[in-house]
Amino acid sequence: MKNFFRIIFLIIFLFGFQHNSNAAEKVEYLKTDWSFKGLFGKFDRASLQRGYQVYTEVCSSCHSMKYLSYRNLAEKGGPEFSEAQAKAIAASFEVTDGPNAEGDMFTRPGKLSDKFVMPYENIKAAQAANGGAYPPDMSVLVKARGGGVDYIYSLLQGYEDPPSGITLDDGVYYNKFMYGNKIKMANQLSDGLVEYADGTSSTVEQMSKDVTTFLMWSAEPHLESRHQMGFKAIVYLIILTILVYFSMKRIWSRIETEV
Amino acid sequence: MSDHEYTPKSKFGKWFNDRLPLLSLASHLTDYPTPKNLNYWWTFGGILTFCLITQIVTGLVLAMHYIAHADMAFDSVEHIMRDVNYGWLIRYIHANGASMFFLAVYIHIFRSLFYGSYKSPREIIWIIGIIIYLLMMAAAFMGYVLPWGQMSFWGATVITNLFSAIPLVGEGIVTWLWGGYSVDNPTLTRFFTLHYLIPFLILGLVVLHIWALHVPGNNNPIGIDIKKPSKDTVPFHPYIVIKDGFALLMFMIVFAFFVFYTPNILGHADNYIEADPLVTPAHIVPEWYLLPFYAILRSVPDKLLGVVAMLSAIFILAALPWLDTSKIRSAVFRPLYRQFYWILVADVLILGYVGAMPAEGLYLLIARVATAYYFLHFLVILPVLGYKEKTLPIPLSITEPVLGGSPNLATAKNNESLNK
Repeated sequence: MKNFFRIIFLIIFLFGFQHNSNAAEKVEYLKTDWSFKGLFGKFDRASLQRGYQVYTEVCSSCHSMKYLSYRNLAEKGGPEFSEAQAKAIAASFEVTDGPNAEGDMFTRPGKLSDKFVMPYENIKAAQAANGGAYPPDMSVLVKARGGGVDYIYSLLQGYEDPPSGITLDDGVYYNKFMYGNKIKMANQLSDGLVEYADGTSSTVEQMSKDVTTFLMWSAEPHLESRHQMGFKAIVYLIILTILVYFSMKRIWSRIETEV
Repeated sequence: MSDHEYTPKSKFGKWFNDRLPLLSLASHLTDYPTPKNLNYWWTFGGILTFCLITQIVTGLVLAMHYIAHADMAFDSVEHIMRDVNYGWLIRYIHANGASMFFLAVYIHIFRSLFYGSYKSPREIIWIIGIIIYLLMMAAAFMGYVLPWGQMSFWGATVITNLFSAIPLVGEGIVTWLWGGYSVDNPTLTRFFTLHYLIPFLILGLVVLHIWALHVPGNNNPIGIDIKKPSKDTVPFHPYIVIKDGFALLMFMIVFAFFVFYTPNILGHADNYIEADPLVTPAHIVPEWYLLPFYAILRSVPDKLLGVVAMLSAIFILAALPWLDTSKIRSAVFRPLYRQFYWILVADVLILGYVGAMPAEGLYLLIARVATAYYFLHFLVILPVLGYKEKTLPIPLSITEPVLGGSPNLATAKNNESLNK
């Protein structure tokens, strides 16, 4: 047992050390309460729906979302739009389909089974339209960044005038949370930019939070069922462990040795 | 082996057993006399078997949905995460399962180091174990390449490039490994094939590992040879089965916590970015369980010597039964070795830590000192210690822990209870 504690102590010591050294280099991210954190964390439905609105009206002109389909919007654990709403959303997009019997491509209104429409034909087109920088696909963006949701949330609010002594090229902006502080995406959010249907006031902070929540869902669409199943699984395991512990004590009581 | 002759009761059983003695084997496994003083560090063998089976079963399901193609691998993993029923669960179990597997194997190896389980007559068990460990590292590395994220791609590039350090033929070997002039689709497909193959090789070696174990029987915390069966042993079933089961359940709780609540904490965020041969990540780091060796590799300024040092760090373990000259197995009775043992544990943890840091300045210095100490431990300290160390008197049997009238009675008893 003593050895066990020694190991735990060493590990904690090393992790603590690592944490300190990281903190010295990085900026503290802005903090907010995420409803999806914790053992019972769930998405805030309204926030997801607002986040989808911010994504469609602001982000989607440059950023694709290639792993999402319109049907996902109506699925359990997501924004949970009604099926009719999701169909209407899908139908509002023009989807290229084909080739038809004549061998021609044609466009039609989107269906639930369609993937989110891409803003650009291909990566080259995206680069050409954005000064050489490719706006990353946002489907798993939250998981692809070290700071996760806190990073994205902070980045969206991190635009500032550059400190004196730093000169920025054309099309490069200063963001205090960006790695190296230079980012090719201009500040996109300003107070009142979108008009929320549910009357929530669309401050930059609110929009950042909503769209980040939406991105978390798009990266982890099964987060809610994962948390629910995890709780059940761990409770089950704990009960079973206790039962097995007493069976073990009972069985070993036949021998003089302690277990 | 102290196997008593087993005769099945039923006529059919006897007929079958005469032709294929499966029932004898089952009887051997249930009656297998096990030292009764095994502590919880001994439960990791069972836990590792569980890990291997879990990886194979989840891996089979993943392989049904995964597409080993440079253009489709990343998409197919996202397909598993989103559209395959419980695909997220299977994948997270498999990905975190690899880490849990290594966590368990490190505890298993360090248990062996503490109690001298590698010493005569268990050298073959130990060497098979080291081969299993090597194969595990190969399987884990190739498995990490399969999602075809940025760390997959660049990790594969860095590791395969190590072979280019070999004089004359190095470059040729790397091209041969890649199946081209860079890590690309042929590399991915062959890694997938090997990643599928290796677990079954491990499974076969595990059978040999256990078979070799059942010849001399388990070592035990006081490291003495015991009579089997005797008052010092208990039958494997039910005593060890239930104890291993209890420990396994505790392990599964930790495992479940990772899978359900922090499934990505042990992975690198960059692996959720699709592989891009034109963009190199700022820091290329392997998974946590390979970090100590990565630190050793980078602590040597010369590429070839670095690779040699890294490989020696692993292969030196295979020579351990002969490097450790002490006749006493358990560190319980080796007061000096016990100190050096904990220094080695700290050394390996430090190596792991600096392996995750950039190889520069203070980190590099620490890595060099720790690397030097690692080799010093195995090549100098252990051989010398066997001759110099004054060991404590060892007991004759488990039931009578200490020789009567020994001046060290109190110390030995105290130590034994500490290590339970």
